[in-house]
Amino acid sequence: MERNTEQLKIVPAEKSIISKGVDDFFLGVYNVWKFIGRFFKEGFLPPFEIKEIVNQCYSVGFRSLPLISLTGFITGMVFTKQSRPSLASFGATSWLPSLISIAVIRALAPLVTALIVAGKVGSNMGAELGSMKVTEQIDAMEVSGTNPFKFLVSTRVMAITFMLPVLVIYSGLIGMMGSYLNVHSNEQTSFTAFFKTAFMPISFLDIISSVLKSTIFGFTIGITGCYQGYHAENGTQGVGKAANTAVVIAMILIFVEEMLIVQLVNVIR
Amino acid sequence: MPAETGNNKKEVVIAIRQLKKSFNGRAVLNGVDIDICRGENLAVLGRSGTGKSVLIKIISGLLKPDSGTVKVFGKEVDKLNLPALQELRQKIGFSFQNSALYDSMSVRENLEFPLVRNRPKIKKKEVNDAVERVLTDVGLLKTIDQMPAELSGGQRKRIGIARTLILQPEIMLYDEPTAGLDPITSIEINNLINQVQHEYNTTSLIITHDLTCAKTTADTVTMLVEGKFLPTANFEKFFERQDESVRTFYDYNFINYK
Ligand SMILES: Nc1ncnc2c1ncn2[C@@H]1O[C@H](COP(=O)(O)OP(=O)(O)O)[C@@H](O)[C@H]1O
Ligand SMILES: [Mg+2]
Repeated sequence: MERNTEQLKIVPAEKSIISKGVDDFFLGVYNVWKFIGRFFKEGFLPPFEIKEIVNQCYSVGFRSLPLISLTGFITGMVFTKQSRPSLASFGATSWLPSLISIAVIRALAPLVTALIVAGKVGSNMGAELGSMKVTEQIDAMEVSGTNPFKFLVSTRVMAITFMLPVLVIYSGLIGMMGSYLNVHSNEQTSFTAFFKTAFMPISFLDIISSVLKSTIFGFTIGITGCYQGYHAENGTQGVGKAANTAVVIAMILIFVEEMLIVQLVNVIR
Repeated sequence: MPAETGNNKKEVVIAIRQLKKSFNGRAVLNGVDIDICRGENLAVLGRSGTGKSVLIKIISGLLKPDSGTVKVFGKEVDKLNLPALQELRQKIGFSFQNSALYDSMSVRENLEFPLVRNRPKIKKKEVNDAVERVLTDVGLLKTIDQMPAELSGGQRKRIGIARTLILQPEIMLYDEPTAGLDPITSIEINNLINQVQHEYNTTSLIITHDLTCAKTTADTVTMLVEGKFLPTANFEKFFERQDESVRTFYDYNFINYK
């Protein structure tokens, strides 16, 4: 009897799944906002963790080079190959270099590189910090007198924000090399001729906006990966979830940001 | 109340008053009161999920209390600013339930970490000496260049304790030091806790549900029941109590040994 009345009391207090989902969403946005605020508040105060930032730059940047080289090269090459027939039908294959360079530098290099890095580095950050969280390593760091947020989060977010533009530039160059090899073997264009025409239509605004865009993508990947990891719960299961969520959310945000930035740049242009 | 310097009264190093903490509307700590004096070793018993870990996380400032006060060396922990809290934390060693060794660092780097982070100007030789001293204390000098993943559970526990000893803490908080270890390793860890108490003159708070551990390492025993501490007593006196919770806890503990 008693048990029955208690159950009845609980039911009306329960929220619908939708309203709970909406609440969770806004709570999540608020918490991420606070996390970003903390990054700006603590990350730029001394003592600076220079050594750790350099370590992270190495592991984010250098260790991503093989993957970025491969994907950049293939992107440039395949995109050239696929674009040739439509240009050839106008007899305009000489436009290939400039078409490719615009595509690669304005859109492909930043987007492809950011997505690859989100998959590789973002998930790594989520998993690494997540496992440190659930095994109390972050607590251990805090009680031994190190600010774990500064040491783990700020350094990673800074490193990836610095390194992604570098990787994007590198990936762009490799992509153009891939394109050059394809053009060279089909149209026998020389190296200098190819790059002369390729860089003709590229403006300063193109370069700057790509670099800025990559900085924003890098920051997005860093914050999402670290936020998910730093707030992982429920043991090892939570670590997998943190890594996974970090990648999915970072990828969605990258596309949304890409769309907004393109609009903005077109207004300026 | 200021700390007494007289001989007849001991200095209280941890003073907790009416400490309350809830999660999602559920009270976990519901008015904890305790004084722990310098040199005292208190064991806190209690079933899983009763809030023992929450208690020591509040003492070390990892969690904030909802109400009540926690004073360590006369300072109210949750009122300290970050530098003051960091300074206080250097006097508190925290041995985590799963050792919490930094996976990405070798044993040596794990031990160096608290030292070089807190004393940036320390000389390399001093660091090495300190690392070797604490490793010798816990009997694991041979593991100095190994990675945490290569160590056994008992060894990880020891290294975790060594890592807190490197800052020469005055208080040690042990979160289930023998949980998940076999009986022989447990006894070794109990001996290590006793050894640390003697060599480092620590005051310790040992959270455990292992009665052998409580019996061998603690002067006084209490139990966390429904968010409050039962009155403290020495081990034998404590288990003369006839409360249901104490009896059940005692009986179930020894089922393992029958
Ligand atoms: N950070 C937290 N958020 C929400 N609930 C928590 C948190 N930490 C502990 N709890 C809850 O508090 C209770 C006591 O936990 P804990 O102190 O870990 O128990 P134990 O006595 O086994 O160490 C558990 O029910 C746990 O779910
Ligand atoms: Mg616990």
